[in-house]
Amino acid sequence: MLVLIILVGVFQSWNIALSIFNMCLISAVMTMGANIQWGYAGLINFGIMGYTALGGLAAVLISVDPVQEAWRAGGFDILMCLWLIIAMIFVIRFILKNFAKSKLRTYGIAGIIIAGIIIIRVTAEPGIEAIEGVNPAKTGFLGGLGLPIVFSWVVGAFFAGGLAFIVGKVALGLRADYLAIATLLISEIVIAIIKHEDWLTRGVKNVIGLKRPAPYEVNLQSTEWFINLVENFNIGKLNLISNLADRQTALNQLVIEGSSVFVKLCYSGLFLTVVIILLILTQKALYSPWGRMMRAIRDNEEAANAMGKNVVKQHLLIFILGSAIVGIAGAMLVTQDGLFTPGSYRPMRYTFLIWVMVIVGGSGNNFGAILGGFAVWFLWIEAAPMALFMINMFTAGMPDTHALKIHLIESVPYFRYLMMGLGLLLIMRYRPKGILPEKIEIK
Amino acid sequence: MDILNAIILLLNYIFVPALAYGSQLALGAIFVTLIYGILRFANFATGDMMSFGTMVAILFTWYFQSLGISLGLLPTALIAIPFAVVFMALYMLLIDKFVFKYYRVQKSPPVQLAMVSIGVMFVTQAVVRIIIGPADRRFFDGQKFIVKAGEFKEMTGLNEGLAIKSTQVITVFVTIILVSILFWFLNKTKTGKSMKAYSDNEDLALLSGIDPKKIVMITWIIAAILATIGGVLYGLDKSFKPFTYFNNMLPIFAAAIVGGIGNPFGAFLGGYVIAFSEIFLTYAYKKFFMYILPESMEPETLVQLLSTDYKFAVSFSILVIVLLYRPSGIFKGKVL
Repeated sequence: MLVLIILVGVFQSWNIALSIFNMCLISAVMTMGANIQWGYAGLINFGIMGYTALGGLAAVLISVDPVQEAWRAGGFDILMCLWLIIAMIFVIRFILKNFAKSKLRTYGIAGIIIAGIIIIRVTAEPGIEAIEGVNPAKTGFLGGLGLPIVFSWVVGAFFAGGLAFIVGKVALGLRADYLAIATLLISEIVIAIIKHEDWLTRGVKNVIGLKRPAPYEVNLQSTEWFINLVENFNIGKLNLISNLADRQTALNQLVIEGSSVFVKLCYSGLFLTVVIILLILTQKALYSPWGRMMRAIRDNEEAANAMGKNVVKQHLLIFILGSAIVGIAGAMLVTQDGLFTPGSYRPMRYTFLIWVMVIVGGSGNNFGAILGGFAVWFLWIEAAPMALFMINMFTAGMPDTHALKIHLIESVPYFRYLMMGLGLLLIMRYRPKGILPEKIEIK
Repeated sequence: MDILNAIILLLNYIFVPALAYGSQLALGAIFVTLIYGILRFANFATGDMMSFGTMVAILFTWYFQSLGISLGLLPTALIAIPFAVVFMALYMLLIDKFVFKYYRVQKSPPVQLAMVSIGVMFVTQAVVRIIIGPADRRFFDGQKFIVKAGEFKEMTGLNEGLAIKSTQVITVFVTIILVSILFWFLNKTKTGKSMKAYSDNEDLALLSGIDPKKIVMITWIIAAILATIGGVLYGLDKSFKPFTYFNNMLPIFAAAIVGGIGNPFGAFLGGYVIAFSEIFLTYAYKKFFMYILPESMEPETLVQLLSTDYKFAVSFSILVIVLLYRPSGIFKGKVL
């Protein structure tokens, strides 16, 4: 896999190769999260998109500077709403604990929830309008905490874990394919909320220019040590140029190229650290007594239950853990892009593609998950050039103006779906356990 | 008079559109439920299969239009439907032969079949986009309105107009006819009964001499009819765009589960439940209250329970509530 990426570096450019590599790393993290749920415990989670988006939201809420004006305009109303929600939850908990189960109780709770939603809407309305009215072209939302963005990776994990707790409580009792549909739909709800609650996320207006954990290219290009570094790195090439002015322009060109490569390398380093830490942790977990118990639960729920293992609790735990990892990946993704675009979260790209990675790589095997993330993402990106090459080869006999050829070349981007689908079908048929199947060594 | 105006307002903005949208969802939901009941898996390729059928219908429509064939006041696509259904049935049987059959014979768990259907979803999506492209397409021709808002106002002397699009009427009509035939087929004919028996208890059905191959084939053919007609009706009423069709899979699933998955009648009603609740909860009732309340009590805000942005979220929330309190659906489908 690495060889392929290096080949891209040599033939296309190092910039593209590194950005593919970074996205591969992020995909690998997502795949590991899904793999923990599916491979360790057999839980099917089609809500990956929702957790990714929550991780991204965390990145925004942590790193953006707070918008003081918006807080003054509507912060009070929003805080009031928060208190109302907390009060509502406590009242419902109180009722659930202290009253026997009856029709009256169910209707009472439903009444409280409906009344609560109406009250919250009434209190929040002026606050939300005020916040969204504050300089809507630039802010129009509450902003975040103004902390370094790397913190958001942890916070993203907590956000996603929190959502997973709620979803797990609601949906984990369902049979596998119902769980899949339920999680898919819940993730759509999450996206709908993120898209339309402008006071919190700016919605479809997007948040751009997030802080970076890596230096900016422009700053690097004027930094002394970086120029020296590039010069030393390319000293052989530069020495061939005798003319001083030419040499300077060549050096400038190299510095500009080098700076973007350097920034991407910084990201790669950060992401690689995360992947390695997660890999060590998940490998340890897989071979621990806990991992053994999870496999026992996966393979035979009733038997595990009879042995005194709390299946419901363990399922919930692993659901939260897996989702939290996906949350980290979501925050990493936004960190790398430097922008948060709620409109771009689509189930095709963030749920089903990740599942293709899990299935292709090998469920239950962490290395398989990483391999799946790398291989599938690489194909996803390089599918278009490959398809173009194939089309040109097969239609070589046709004139360039032939309608079919033009049509095919126009639809090159969609061949990636075809490749993904065929790949998934072939793997499911001939290697149902994935490229690297689960391998449990008993020591 | 004001009461009449208010009723017409609701009819125009809630009842008529919801009825049409619900019919489209209902056809899709019956498709999902049939596949689930008889082939026993959740078909994630639903939306894309519908878009494939619609695409074929559009291609035929273009062909007929180029030949100069038309139905006059009715859209040309109606003639294209039978041809598209044949194509769609062939495509589905082909997929079944090469993809799903293997897993059925192996008796794989339903989850694996669902995963395989995701593969089919990817492929179908690619095929549709490669052939017709991802753009938004309208293929409606013929007369657009049966009742125009302006004419209605003149005729009745009311302030509110009632506009009924011909596509809405066609949708409701076709759905009623199709669903009646389907239920007649499932409940009265021998093949339909054997399908039900196969869905209830596979082994027992095999013992009583029911041919599983035939059952599976008929299921796919019925599915092709439902998918194509449902897709074409949706496309006629709104427009054809592969991405929208893929997204429609979600409310369709919601409808099927709300009605009780595996139960065609439940799925049929589920479509309407989803459609009506989506539109009821997101409609702004300001004008309605202006008609029925005295002037002093007129509301100042839009009186909208949820903003229209949450249209999809409404149906999904209903689904979550149903899953929590009545996991087998409103009309008892298969047990979860």
